[in-house]
Amino acid sequence: MKVADINNDHLRLSGIAKKAGPALAGVGAAFLGLSAALGSGEWTTFWKSYLFAWMVAVGIALGAMFFVLLQHMTRSGWSISVRRLAEAIAKNLKWMWVLFLPILIMVLKGEGDLLYQWGNAQLMEHDHLLHKKATYLSPTFWSARAVFYLVVWAVVASLYFKWSTAQDADGDVKWTHKMQKWAPICMILYAFTQSYAAIDWMMTLQPKWFSTMFPVYFWSATMAGFFASIILLARYLQKTGHVQKSITTEHYHDLGKWLFGLGVVFWAYIAFSQYMLIWYANLPVETGWYITRQLGGWASISLLLLFGHFLVPFLLLITRWTKRWRCTLPVIAAWMVLMFFVDIYWLVFPVIPETAIAEASSYNELANLVSSGEVSVGYGFTLVNFTCVIGMFALLCGGTLINLRSCNLVASADPRLDEALHFENA
Amino acid sequence: MSQERPKKLYGLAAEFTTTPGIYHAAEKVKDAGFRWFDCLVPFPVHGLDRAMGVKMTILPIIVFCAGVTGFIAACCLQIFTNSLEVDLWALVPVVGYQFDVSGKPLLGPAAFVPVAFEMTVLFSALTAVFGTLILNKLPMFYHPTLKHPALARATDDRFFLVIEARDPKFVRSEVEAFLHTLEPESIIELDA
Repeated sequence: MKVADINNDHLRLSGIAKKAGPALAGVGAAFLGLSAALGSGEWTTFWKSYLFAWMVAVGIALGAMFFVLLQHMTRSGWSISVRRLAEAIAKNLKWMWVLFLPILIMVLKGEGDLLYQWGNAQLMEHDHLLHKKATYLSPTFWSARAVFYLVVWAVVASLYFKWSTAQDADGDVKWTHKMQKWAPICMILYAFTQSYAAIDWMMTLQPKWFSTMFPVYFWSATMAGFFASIILLARYLQKTGHVQKSITTEHYHDLGKWLFGLGVVFWAYIAFSQYMLIWYANLPVETGWYITRQLGGWASISLLLLFGHFLVPFLLLITRWTKRWRCTLPVIAAWMVLMFFVDIYWLVFPVIPETAIAEASSYNELANLVSSGEVSVGYGFTLVNFTCVIGMFALLCGGTLINLRSCNLVASADPRLDEALHFENA
Repeated sequence: MSQERPKKLYGLAAEFTTTPGIYHAAEKVKDAGFRWFDCLVPFPVHGLDRAMGVKMTILPIIVFCAGVTGFIAACCLQIFTNSLEVDLWALVPVVGYQFDVSGKPLLGPAAFVPVAFEMTVLFSALTAVFGTLILNKLPMFYHPTLKHPALARATDDRFFLVIEARDPKFVRSEVEAFLHTLEPESIIELDA
């Protein structure tokens, strides 16, 4: 098949975008260092902020990995123009595990209770339900699982980046076949590891609480984060003079549809499904998680998510022109990245002590205890919350641009490139 | 011998053998100011509707309005039946079915969402299906272009551009001369 010639389309990173990678990475590292300095003494706050920032960064990278695998599974042609960008975002996973080491070391050192209530051996010993969960939530098993997830992601993400860029060099169709062959297996691995990572790292913050929908919720949240990020990345590269012809309005339109479909609508669908089942069943072991998010300051953050993550973007993205016009889509995407931050913040920070739920005799009593400040639900902003996530996100952006320095910005030898360059949304 | 009725002209069809041929012809016909014309092609030709100057359909707006209607209808229905308590004209007491379901509030928005969602989808989907049919004037049992045997090739390997006689700019001799300038394979006269 004829392969389109896009070699004069500024496929190599140059100018400011080339310098931005290391600069952003430096800024990110500096911010993380600053966070550690700010957080010393207030270690609980620091670790929470760090976990929040980590989930934001790893969520976007995992979303990118999912996208790459899905395109190969479905043998998609339209996405060739933007697939390399997703591969570059995902490739951060090759080294991102380094940023998880601090949490891992903390948990293995037996200081896990700074972040997770299950890190407190005494609490685990004396509560029947927690005692039953003690094996799964033991620091060793928890850490072993984390290592497994991180290894799987590092291997899959770097292999797909390697295979795809190898095709740039020799144009051999065998790479496409190879990537397609392994995509379903990697997708299954991805689904398992990301689901369990969401459970291990975020759901167990409230150790008695459980929701089988939680991993899907996290997945749909990462879809919002990833598709918004890739839209911004594509726009940034075109603004700085790259890939003018390879990425067209049609690609923005399709990425906008993904953002609308998964990041906005499916997210709301899952968020509501999870909420409604717990609301209907009204079991004390489940409702605590939502009570925490309906009390005190968290109620307004919950409403912000309802409007800012669903209703407003839903109305903004439902029409065709907002997804196609290059003045509207990046603005909405930037807003969605921000909402993704808020969403993960909302997942990580509100925590109520399990003992407080067990001791309260009614919802009203618990609500009174929270509003009088006797029971903490972890509401309140400190500088570390922001410095951590800025640092980690800057590292992710910097890492992505550094990954893009070593390759073409478009999978220029993909046999389906022609299809990507010429397709049109009806 | 049966007497033949006088034939009424439906329009003139120009036959093309290539997609660029019909694409550029459509552009020229649009630029010449014709409104009532159509292209018959065996497969979707990318960009042809833009070349013809076909406007975006208003179906999405209709569907959106129908969805909003469904949503509001579902909300009204549930609020009315579950928690209504008013005196109509200050005389007739109207009370909904105020069932206490496991201590949930009568006006519980969370319980209303699934029904509201389904009604939104139902209204939108039905409107989309029937709206498509109505806007396309379907079902249509007869169309003049189906009659001429040559136009059967529009389902196989030929591209036809038909300018209809009802177009205000349609003057038979002029249109025929104009179509000739587009260099078609042939020009076919279509009876209504």
